[in-house]
Parts: sequence; structure tokens; C-alpha cells
Amino acid sequence: MKMNWKTNKIYEWLDKRYELTPVIEFMSKKKVPVHKHMIWYYMGGVTLFLFIVQVLSGILLLLYYRPGADTAYESMRFILTKVNFGWLVRSIHSWSANLMIFFVFVHMFSTYFTRAYQKPREITWVSGFLLLLLALGFGFSGYLLPWNELAFFATKVGTDIVGAIPFIGKPLMLVLRGGDDVTGATLTRFYGFHVAVLPAIFTTFLVLHLLFVQRQGMSEPEHLKNLPDAKKKWMSFFPNFFLRDALLWLIVLNVLLFLAVFYPWDLGFKADPFAPAPAGIRPEWYFMFMFQTLKFLPAHILFLEGELVGILAFAIAGIIWMFVPFWEVRPQGTAKIHFMNIAGMAALIYIIIFTIVGYMV
Amino acid sequence: MNEERKMNKTSRRKFLNFIIGGGLLGWIASVFYPVFSYLVPPKIPEANVNSIKAGAITDFSPNTGKIVKFGRKPVILIRMDDGEFRAFSATCTHLDCIVQYRQDIKQIWCACHNGTYDLNGRNVSGPPPKPLEEYTVKVANDEVTIINPAG
Repeated sequence: MKMNWKTNKIYEWLDKRYELTPVIEFMSKKKVPVHKHMIWYYMGGVTLFLFIVQVLSGILLLLYYRPGADTAYESMRFILTKVNFGWLVRSIHSWSANLMIFFVFVHMFSTYFTRAYQKPREITWVSGFLLLLLALGFGFSGYLLPWNELAFFATKVGTDIVGAIPFIGKPLMLVLRGGDDVTGATLTRFYGFHVAVLPAIFTTFLVLHLLFVQRQGMSEPEHLKNLPDAKKKWMSFFPNFFLRDALLWLIVLNVLLFLAVFYPWDLGFKADPFAPAPAGIRPEWYFMFMFQTLKFLPAHILFLEGELVGILAFAIAGIIWMFVPFWEVRPQGTAKIHFMNIAGMAALIYIIIFTIVGYMV
Repeated sequence: MNEERKMNKTSRRKFLNFIIGGGLLGWIASVFYPVFSYLVPPKIPEANVNSIKAGAITDFSPNTGKIVKFGRKPVILIRMDDGEFRAFSATCTHLDCIVQYRQDIKQIWCACHNGTYDLNGRNVSGPPPKPLEEYTVKVANDEVTIINPAG
């Protein structure tokens, strides 16, 4: 590595104390396999970039936002109408949140279909799934913070669904809501989850997830694994892959700014706990497929409440999905159709169809 | 002699493990019990509202419904076509949304999941599993009063 005299001195000083050379050696040897499916390698990076945008724009919003049933909506209106570029920061935060969830899903399904979750990356997959759940928690808790009508009822419904879980549901609902109903107390709690609890847990899992990826390197798709080494193509992580990553981040930033400027996020009407739920009440799009499923279920299935059956089914499906690397069905002999592909496609198509139906009805 | 000492030693180790392990469990419990208790919100004493005055008869035209505050709970007061008043809990029995009166279908409707109740509070279509709780309405001296039958 070429360094001028001064940086060299600093480097030496640090190296003596922290033994940086092996780390740099490791990073300089990092390679990324080159093949036709390599575009999927970038999806996790894009998600990471959007998370960084979330942290930064979230910190900016914190400076003016005031939680509380009497202040939250008003402070949001203040940010949107009075604060310089407040509308932009808020719009970026909302758009980036939605894009981040979208890319989490893209990243997850691409990992699934390229079977990158297989040994030795089982724990990476599980930690990624937990990050997805935490990201959904971020979305759910953040949705309420502007204290508008839609969010108020979405939170009432969402927390009521939690209350339907047997045994732990009712106490859990009480803890989430900070009382029997969704009130200012709920807002205070969600604010705490959104800006302190979730970021702390999320960051921990994120660091683990990234460490695993760094330690093990990119997974090679099956067709590449069987090739002789001479036929494989590689790209070094630093600087080639890293620079491509950076370029993509720049593109994503531009798309994000375009959306935030030309399609600014609405604030809606202030929540009123004594007004009927408005027509067209709906959760964020990433909860839509679950919401729509619950809508289709009858009031009672056998002796159970329809809702409960739906919740249990999603919980079981989630657990099965989380442990995919541990129960994976491998094709026998030369079977053309892979069971895991069918299962994954079924899940994906289910999510897409129910999301579309949710917006059409 | 030696055997006996060995026996003694293992039982002493067992005993110490038990004491230390038990102490650790007790310590964990003594830390988490206050934390979990803190998370459960205290019960705020609710003013026992048994009846409220909703307003004058003339405030309500036939074939309309209005949400009124009954203590901390929303109640829907409906004046039917024939002028009769009825009141129900306005909290949907499905997932806690607040219902509204639909003039076009003359039923109580919840916008969240398209549930409907008839004017007796019975759940007639959509996902609601239970009927709405009914409140008693008294009209005297042109004033409408809603009374909680349970209170």
C-alpha cells in the first residue's frame, strides 16, 4: 500500500498497538465470485445504505419531534411547514423506510432462491430473518408517531391482534399500549421502542450479520461451486466490488431524493379517539398481505376465532421460514424441480397476490 | 477412608453448586421482577360513569348516528327513522376500531374490515365475532340520556 510519510507514521503507531496488518491483509484478499447472478450480492448493501439514511434522517427528526397525544401531530406539522427542509427530511425518512423494507424482502428472497443460506451460512440467514422482524417493528412503531388517523386505527388493530395470542397476548398488549386502549401512553412507548430499544437491538444483530458475511465471504451459487478453479472468475472486494457498491448507493440516493421531492409523504388528519374509523383504513403495504388474509377469514374456524387461526398460521409459517437452512429438502437424483423453489415461489406469489388484492378491494 | 473423603467432596461440591446456582437464579429474579412490573402500566382509577347526557332531542335528526364520550369509552348513539334512540358500544368487537352509522344501509358499519351490525347491535356480516354491547337510552324533557345497563 502506498502511503505518504505522515500517514505511514500514524499507521505504524496504530499497528504497533492494535495489530492492524492481519486485518488489512484479510480485507485485501477478499474476493467476490463473478457470475450472471451476482446482481443479488448488492441487495444487502443497498439495505444497509438505506438503514444508514434512516439513522441520519431519524436523528434530524428527533430534534423537532415531540411525542405525546397533544404535541406529536402538531410538531410534525411544524416540521413540515416551518422548519427549513423539514418536509424533505421527513419525506426522506418515510420513503427510505419503505424502500428499506422492500430491499430487505428482495435481499431475503434472492438469498433464498440462490440457496445462499445453506451450510455454513445458517446463522447468517437466521440473523437476517431477525433483522427483518426488527425492521417490521421499526415500521410498525414509526407509523404511529405522527399520530394521524390512519396510524391510530392501524395501531389499534395491530395491537389488538397481538392481544389475540393465547396466554401471553393480553399482558403483551397491555405492555405495548401502556394501558387498555391506544392513547398518548402508547405513543410514548412506541417512541421509546422506535428511537432507543429497536435501534440498539437492530444494530447488534446488524453488526453480527455483517461480521458473518465478512468472515465467510460471498456464497457461490451451485453451478459455480462445481466448476474447476481455473474456470472461475473473481473480483477483489477492495476496491472493485466496493466501488460498484458505492456507485449503486449513489444511484439509490438519487432515486430516494427524486421520490422524496416529487412524491412527498402525506401527514393526514390528526387522530381522534372518538371519531369513527375512516373508510380505506389500511396498514403499511408490507403488512397488507397479512391484513388481507385476516379480512378473508370467517369469524370462527371450528371452535377458534378466525383471527387467532390466521395469527397462528403466520407465526408458524414465520418460524418454518426462519429455520429453512435446517430442514431444507434437497432434490433426489436428477429431479428437475426443486421443492425449495416451489415453496419459495408459493410464498412470494401469496405475498404479491394478497398485497395487490388488499389495494384493489 | 479415601473413598469416603471423595464422596464427601462431591456432595460438598453439589451443595455449593446448588447454593451458588440458586443464588444466581434469585439474583436474576430480583433484577427482572421489578423491570417486568415496571413495564405493566398502573391502573388509572376510572371515574365510574353510569350515565351521560348526550344532548337535546333536536340535536339528532332521524337516520343519523353520533359517537359520544361515555367516560373514556366511545358509544354510538343512533336515532332511527321512526325517531327512536338506540345506543351501543362503538368499539368493534372484531379488532377494536370505532364503528359508524351508515345512512345508506341503515346499519352500523366498521370501516376497518367491513363488518356490519344491525340496529340491535347484532353482528350480521363480516368478521365481527360478537354483537355490540347495548346501552339504555332514556328520553325525558327533550333530553337524551345514555345509561350503562351493567353499571
